[in-house]
Amino acid sequence: MTSPNAFISIQNVSKFFGTFRAIDDVSMDIGRGEFFSLLGASGCGKTTLLRMLAGFESTSQGEIYIDGQPMSEVPPHHRPVNMVFQSYAIFPHLNVRDNIAYGLRKQKLPKARRDEMVDEMLDLIKLPGYGSRKANELSGGQRQRIALARALILRPKVLLLDEPLGALDKQLREQMQLELRALQRQVGITFVFVTHDQEEALTLSDRIAVMSGGRVLQLDTPAGLYETPKSRAVASFIGNINFFRGTVRRNGGPTGAVEAEGLGVVPVPAEQLARPDGAPVLVAVRPEKFALSASRPADAAHAVAGRLKNAAYLGERSHYYLQIEGRDEPVAVSSQNLGGIGAAAGERGDATFWISWSPDSMVILEAE
Amino acid sequence: MVDTPHPNRSAEAGAPMPRTSRLTALLHRSEALRGYLLMAPTLLIMTLGIAIPFLILVAMSTWTRDGFGFDTTPTINNYLRVWTEPVFGALMTRSFWISGVATVATVILCYPMAYYVAFHVHRRKMLWIILMTLPFWTSYLLRVFAWKVILGYEGVINSGLMSLGFIEQPLEFLLYSQEAVIITLAHAWAAFAILPIYVSLEKIDRSLLEAATDLGDGPVRRFLRVTLPLSMPGVIAASFLIFIPTTGDYITPALLGGPDGAMIGNFIQLQFGPVNNWPMGATLAIVLMFWITAVALAFLFLTRALRERLT
Repeated sequence: MTSPNAFISIQNVSKFFGTFRAIDDVSMDIGRGEFFSLLGASGCGKTTLLRMLAGFESTSQGEIYIDGQPMSEVPPHHRPVNMVFQSYAIFPHLNVRDNIAYGLRKQKLPKARRDEMVDEMLDLIKLPGYGSRKANELSGGQRQRIALARALILRPKVLLLDEPLGALDKQLREQMQLELRALQRQVGITFVFVTHDQEEALTLSDRIAVMSGGRVLQLDTPAGLYETPKSRAVASFIGNINFFRGTVRRNGGPTGAVEAEGLGVVPVPAEQLARPDGAPVLVAVRPEKFALSASRPADAAHAVAGRLKNAAYLGERSHYYLQIEGRDEPVAVSSQNLGGIGAAAGERGDATFWISWSPDSMVILEAE
Repeated sequence: MVDTPHPNRSAEAGAPMPRTSRLTALLHRSEALRGYLLMAPTLLIMTLGIAIPFLILVAMSTWTRDGFGFDTTPTINNYLRVWTEPVFGALMTRSFWISGVATVATVILCYPMAYYVAFHVHRRKMLWIILMTLPFWTSYLLRVFAWKVILGYEGVINSGLMSLGFIEQPLEFLLYSQEAVIITLAHAWAAFAILPIYVSLEKIDRSLLEAATDLGDGPVRRFLRVTLPLSMPGVIAASFLIFIPTTGDYITPALLGGPDGAMIGNFIQLQFGPVNNWPMGATLAIVLMFWITAVALAFLFLTRALRERLT
């Protein structure tokens, strides 16, 4: 059945819309109190999976367990989950207080107790005194908070969030991200969060499932996804990354090496090389793992020279594109502007710079 | 451009601006003027076609019949007669009762149809709506006659029930009764209920319904707390659209009502026709208008209060 510490257990779940496979044999466990994100481009099935947790979509195959209970026979209004909708779905005919208290009606509480709970929620979402406002008098951020309060007041076992920050502008979104994370720690409820914004997922989540084409590509912590992606798709979806075509060079020894285009032969830990000698691989290196310098650094074991093709100044950091020997595409390098080399942003063409890196920062992926 | 921000530009052009552009500029500047211009045709028809006849009606209601002509000395005698003689009040009450029941019946019967098309038909919605308004493609008079055939002494219902052996004698209450008028009105005005209710249901954001379900409401409670309150504008519009014209209707009661089903409209028609007492007809028309307004306002307040209690 379910593994012991899984609070939500999704087991071999598939969903068909006609012949279209929206969810393709997905299995995952989500722990109690976890902030769990489903990340993927639009159409990857993340929202469908969330709606299956809420009960708005049935499962074509497989079973979902929440707190040990199978969910397939439980209608949405009896599930121990609540949802924050992408459009917030604030009832336009009710004021803020009645919106937040909407789900409490079933609990038959005395009015005084209900008012007290609503007031607590208004304090929690930092909108005290907004109780009598109508939905159309609220800003996007305020609606989002009310949608959150309306779900949280019912103390659900799981809170489902369908891209709740998507409609907000950048500054408000970043503020809400922090508030959402703090709120989740405060109330201790399991959050399942759907987003297409990788930065948002990295900021908020304990663990992330990266989805594509109805399947889970990789399920890992944010650092795990970023530092050790398991496939090209995950590596390129999360952050920027350089790919180098490479070949395994075992040389008969216990430690192996890869020969990557433009980077030369670099030794890598043997556990990263589960492939035979001469097998093609893909070497991935994040732009910020390269150190940029005007001359070859004395202490660097691995460094190559390249001509500066392009530079972009982004404030706290700059992006450089260097043409190196043996590779067609320029290598992207990201460097913090601590002074000194930041001046390279002003260079125009043909200046030569050196990039150096540690072999640890190289991720070896299956070649396609 | 009358007060252009670049005064030297007109100086460069030399000649003063032509008159037409001055008018256009004025139109561009004044939003109110543009609004009035757009409203002008309607406003004109409203004034000529409604306000003036209404004023004539008001004036006429203060006159008195004098043989085949009118005594134009202003008097409120007609109003006093309407107030004191019980026949007017009884007819008025019956009219409101019949059209009230017809309105409620129409809205209740049409709501599920509109609901079905709005929520359960996903393709060719327009075709469904057109099919539902199909009765409107035939003339009103024809529809009323059709009901006469259906409800009549030897009509479809009676002969059908008799041949099936359910009844021995034809049901006499079917025709020439208030029931006949109500049935016919409810059918004839169905499209006026379906369309506004459909529009207001169609406008409801589906995620609101999901949110209500998510927050623990079953289908019935969700309907009462979200769907119905949000479709109330359509229900109110439908009620007005049916109630107001049916109160004064006279074709249906004249053909199907019999003595028990006669309404105020028939009486007004009599005054302007055979009785030839135009001032009395005008008075009745104005009193009817007054009561319709009063009932409509009461209805509006009632639904508002109900809506607040439901949610």
